[in-house]
Amino acid sequence: MSDTHAQSVAFVRDTMLPEQAPPASEAGVVKWMRENLFPGPVNTILTLLAIYFIYKIVAGSLPWFWNGIWTTSSLAECREILQGATGGCFSVLTERWNQLLFGFKYPSDQYWRPLVAFILLAVAVAPVLFAHLPRKMLLFTGIYPFLAFWLIWGGTILSPLMVLIGVLAGLAAFRRIEASGFAMAALAGLVTAVVIWWLGGFLASAASGVLALEAVPSRDMGGFMLNMILGTVCVSLSLPIGILLALGRQSHMPIIKWICVVFIEFIRGVPLITLLFVANVVLSYFFPPETNLDLIIRVIIMITAFASAYIAEVVRGGLAALPRGQYEAADSLGLDYAQSMRLIILPQALKISIPGIVNVAVGLFKDTTLVSVISMFDLVGMIRGPILASTEWNGVYWELWGFAVLTFFVVCYGISQYSQWLERQLQRDHR
Amino acid sequence: MATYSDPPAGSFQLSQLINDTRYRSYTFQIIALIALFGAMAYLVSNLLANLQAAGLNISYEFLGEPAGYDINQTLVDYNSQSTHLRAAIVGVLNTLLVAFLGCLMATVIGVVVGVLRLSPNWLIRKLMAVYVEIFRNVPVLIWILIIMAIFVAVLPQPRDFRGDNAEASMLWGMFAFTGRGFYFPMPVFGAGSGVVGAVFVASIVGIFGYRRYAKKKLFDEGKLLPVFWPSVALFFVPAILAYLVMGRPIGMEYPALKGFNFQGGIFARNSLISLWFALSIYTAAFIAENVRAGILAISKGQTEAAASLGLRPNRIMNLVILPQALRVIIPPLISQYLNLTKNSSLAIAVGYMDLTGTLGGITLNQTGRAIECVLLLMLFYLTISLAISAIMNAYNNAVKLKER
Repeated sequence: MSDTHAQSVAFVRDTMLPEQAPPASEAGVVKWMRENLFPGPVNTILTLLAIYFIYKIVAGSLPWFWNGIWTTSSLAECREILQGATGGCFSVLTERWNQLLFGFKYPSDQYWRPLVAFILLAVAVAPVLFAHLPRKMLLFTGIYPFLAFWLIWGGTILSPLMVLIGVLAGLAAFRRIEASGFAMAALAGLVTAVVIWWLGGFLASAASGVLALEAVPSRDMGGFMLNMILGTVCVSLSLPIGILLALGRQSHMPIIKWICVVFIEFIRGVPLITLLFVANVVLSYFFPPETNLDLIIRVIIMITAFASAYIAEVVRGGLAALPRGQYEAADSLGLDYAQSMRLIILPQALKISIPGIVNVAVGLFKDTTLVSVISMFDLVGMIRGPILASTEWNGVYWELWGFAVLTFFVVCYGISQYSQWLERQLQRDHR
Repeated sequence: MATYSDPPAGSFQLSQLINDTRYRSYTFQIIALIALFGAMAYLVSNLLANLQAAGLNISYEFLGEPAGYDINQTLVDYNSQSTHLRAAIVGVLNTLLVAFLGCLMATVIGVVVGVLRLSPNWLIRKLMAVYVEIFRNVPVLIWILIIMAIFVAVLPQPRDFRGDNAEASMLWGMFAFTGRGFYFPMPVFGAGSGVVGAVFVASIVGIFGYRRYAKKKLFDEGKLLPVFWPSVALFFVPAILAYLVMGRPIGMEYPALKGFNFQGGIFARNSLISLWFALSIYTAAFIAENVRAGILAISKGQTEAAASLGLRPNRIMNLVILPQALRVIIPPLISQYLNLTKNSSLAIAVGYMDLTGTLGGITLNQTGRAIECVLLLMLFYLTISLAISAIMNAYNNAVKLKER
């Protein structure tokens, strides 16, 4: 075969050439840069501008970090050390970290309590977030709210314990009569729980010294702890309410449907800050004259109402996304409404709406900073109020705001990354 | 072939109210209604008892009384002798002003960032992702306060503009950016400026007329008329001609440094500017994600199909990609506008006098009419959001895929 063209062509190669390395401009870093940084004149200009921009930021902030002062006790001292050089006075963080995290009234020898509560929060939330963890951990998740209440607010352990016992007894009563109908069982469970709470109230006030931690009133909560408390409490309370609202909005009973629609649209139509005004100045008018609810409780009520309206809309999206066949299949199995929702519809609908719920949770957590407007001292309130107004630290903007930005970014970015991870996990299930 | 029969008539038993699905929903609804009315009666009776105990009543008469406080940024005439109602109107206009400006700027930034997040340029892509993530994951209240602090700390004070070799100077002699706020030139309308305005409006109508004519020509006769340059010419030329013919009736009043402060021109306080910037860049981060998602939602096959029909790239964008992408982008975009409008109530944190600052702030504190003020405040925001949702629903119905 090799001499086929021997007469017509002077030379024919009959062996393969060894593979050669691609030209320098078509391989490795150079190729990557050509394709990704300098693909054309416009992009070259953009790249150069971006590099200049990054250089400016780094050149501006690096000495500020590098020369940062961490050990002074006032801004004047810090400026004296710096002698006009660029540098951050991070000492405001080392000196005031306790106020930024816990507010300025929480007793300083009790800081371990909220700390333990938040570490345990991670343990309690883990089995909810990651499905592959052992299901037995959910038991701890159930106990956690009562434990956290005891740790943060203090007082005798009997009161959260009695509440827990009431819940458990109610649940037991519900299970007992569940077979004879959902509504009756729910009523029986509720009555049992209320009776035990009522009895427990006497017990807790009679034996207020049992395993008692130093009681801390709600108005002493502050700093980032307040944001965390409001965020976790309101999200967890608004989940069940939001699901009920969504079910109500999808219901075929017109009166129930319209009650839910009006509530949801009203709450979604007004800014959170007006609801906080309600909590601050209006809500107490609607309670009996002798009740004296804490501002933090009133705020929790309003934020929960706010969040549940948004969660209801997300869940409604999940309910609407389910094919009609699922509803019909549940009906044809002879399940009643409560059973079909609990066993067929909600598990699927909630799974679809998890990313949306997480988005609502992130938004809600960010919105907890709004309480600083009604003069509660959360992280933002602490910075704007006691710290920036103090004579020692008047004028330390960047360090404090940088700290606030970093704190919120870490939490919210973490949650949204989790949501994206979960979305990928759920997508895989459908293939 | 009836396979079932109605239950025997007249055999209604009370237990059917619970056990029979035909009646059960009525039972539940009546219970819900009674519970609702009961709860409302309870709340209202508490309210009345509390009001009586405090010696208060519900009345809106305070709206007619003089407000007695000043508002430093107003769009309409207002002084401290004006009524509370007037103060509330000033607040409403200020809310609408910052919401409008914010939506405009947020859309521009958001669309640019959203498109750049899909750019082939790695550095730009990453930079934009960092921008979006940082702004989305930090509360908007913190951004408002930070940007306010930046304005006050970084920009020069009016006194820095004084002297021959001043530290700061005005931009083109027209704009002054100070820590107190921005000063812009203000147009002064002289006699005959009405004619210029009328000509300008007429030329805009003309542009639309011409575009419609060009479209008709294209569809009926297949002739492609130039559209862009004639539109630009129609936009500028008649108005400028009228301006010159009428003897330059519209002048500019420039801000000038007099004493300790600038006088003349339009003054936008730092609170307005920082609120505007903060709301815009915060909302823009969300809009950028919507835009990106909208563009990604259009499959590549659409571009290729259009190209194979022989359309040029700009026509592919205008005729094929954008109409489809906009259907995906616009609903979340409008809900972002709604969020921005609601977030503008955070103006109270920097002292910009929007409705929350006037009606829900100083008026509430001065008159002590908490219930009335908060109710009016909520009604205003509710009206705006319901109006915007109505527009959104109308739009959604208009662009909905018409499937057979």
